[in-house]
Amino acid sequence: MKPAAFDYIRADSADEAVALLAEYGDDARVLAGGQSLMAVLNMRLAQPKALIDIHRASDLNRIEDDGALRVRAAATQAALMRYAGLEHKAPLLAQALPHLGHFQTRNRGTVCGSVAHADPSAELPLCLATLDGEVVLRSKRGRRSLKARMFFTGMLQTAREPDELIEEVRFPRLSTGERQGFVEVSMRHGDFAIVALAAVVSREAVRLGVGGVADRPTVAHWPRLEGAALDDALNQLAWELGAQDDHHASAVYRRHLVRTLGRQLISRLLREQDA
Amino acid sequence: MKRFEREGQHRVDVTLNGERAGAHCEPRMLLSDFLRQQLGATGVHVGCEHGVCGACTVRIDGVAQRSCLTLAVAADGRTIDTVEGLAPAGQELSDLQQAFRRHHALQCGFCTPGILMSAAEFLERVPHPDEAQVRDLLSGHLCRCTGYTNIVRAILDVARARGAERA
Repeated sequence: MKPAAFDYIRADSADEAVALLAEYGDDARVLAGGQSLMAVLNMRLAQPKALIDIHRASDLNRIEDDGALRVRAAATQAALMRYAGLEHKAPLLAQALPHLGHFQTRNRGTVCGSVAHADPSAELPLCLATLDGEVVLRSKRGRRSLKARMFFTGMLQTAREPDELIEEVRFPRLSTGERQGFVEVSMRHGDFAIVALAAVVSREAVRLGVGGVADRPTVAHWPRLEGAALDDALNQLAWELGAQDDHHASAVYRRHLVRTLGRQLISRLLREQDA
Repeated sequence: MKRFEREGQHRVDVTLNGERAGAHCEPRMLLSDFLRQQLGATGVHVGCEHGVCGACTVRIDGVAQRSCLTLAVAADGRTIDTVEGLAPAGQELSDLQQAFRRHHALQCGFCTPGILMSAAEFLERVPHPDEAQVRDLLSGHLCRCTGYTNIVRAILDVARARGAERA
C-alpha cells in the first residue's frame, strides 16, 4: 500500500504545468489535491513515471464568476462549498457538495480533480453534466473547451489528451425560474453514491442526471412531465441505463432508486416552482 | 518549479506541533510515514492508506486532512499538527482529550488521534454544533469499538463547556 517510485515536480503556475505535460505526456499524472490519485497510487493501480503537482500554483487556485462559475484546477471542494452565494448561483452544487466525501477530504480534494478522475458515481461529474457545464483543457497546442457530455467517455475515462491540463471547469449559473435539486443513496454519508440524482426543472422542461448506474453520468431531457407520464419516463430511463449488479447493490435496486428518488425529486421541484 | 528525482533523498522541513522539524525522504514517501518514521510522531496512525478510515488525519496549516493521501514532499514548508501537540509536553491533557476519557469515547484507541485532530479543527469552525453536525464530522472516521455514541457525547460536552467559559 505504498506508491511505486516517481519523479515529483512542483509546478508553480499553469504555464509550468502545461510545459511539463508537453515534456512528459502519458508518463506523468497531474496531482492536485490527491484525494483520488493518491489512493490509486497507494494501491498501485497506476504507476506513473512522474507526478506534476499543481497544488501550489496560485494562478490555478481561484474561483471566478463571469456568468458561469469558473473553478480552476487547484481550487478545493471546500473552497467551492464556502463560495459566497453558492446556494443562489448554483443550488445544485450547494446541495451536492456535502455528500462529496468528508470535510477532511474536501479540505484538500479539488473540483477539477474529481472531474478528471471521472468516477461514474462521483457527485461533481454528475453536477457538471446535468448543468451542461464545460471543461477547459489547455496544452502547449492551445486551449479547447468541451461540454461535459463530450468530456466523460466511460468509467474513469475522459477525452483529455495526455499533454492536456484541465485548467478549469465551468458550471452555468442558475437561470431565472429554474429549480435545482440533488439526492443520493450511499452506504454511509460521504461514500460514493449507489445512485445519485441531479435535477433541473424550468418552466418548460425537466433535466434529470443520474450517477452511479451507467459508466458515466447520464442526463435525460424531458418536457415538463407529471404523474403517470413522469413515471413512464423514469421507468424507461432506469432500464436504458444498463444497471449492473455489484457488491454495493443489485441492478434491480438501482432501477428502483432511479424510479422512486427521481419521482420524489422532480415532484418536489415542480411543487416548489408552482408555489 | 522544483524537481525531486525518484531515487534521491530530499530534504523536507515542516513546523511540527510548533517546533521546526525536518528530515530526508524519497518523493514517494507518504506524509503519514514521514511523520511516524522520520519525525517520530507515532500518534499518527496508519489504517487503510486510501483515505477512508481517517486514522491518519492531521492538521496541515490548521486544516484537517488525510496524511496518507499527502506526499511528504508536498508538505514541505507547511505547519503540521498531530495528536502529540494537543496536550503541551508534561502537562494535563487538553479539554477535548479529557472529555474523551470521561465519556469512554475510546476503547482500543486506534482511531482516536485522527478523530481528535478532526474534532479540534471542527470545534474552532463550529463552536456550537448540534448532534447531526458532530455525526457528519465523524462520518469521515471509522471506529469499530465505540459505536460513536460516546464520541458524540464527548465532543458535544467540550462544545458546551467552552461555550459556558466564553459566556
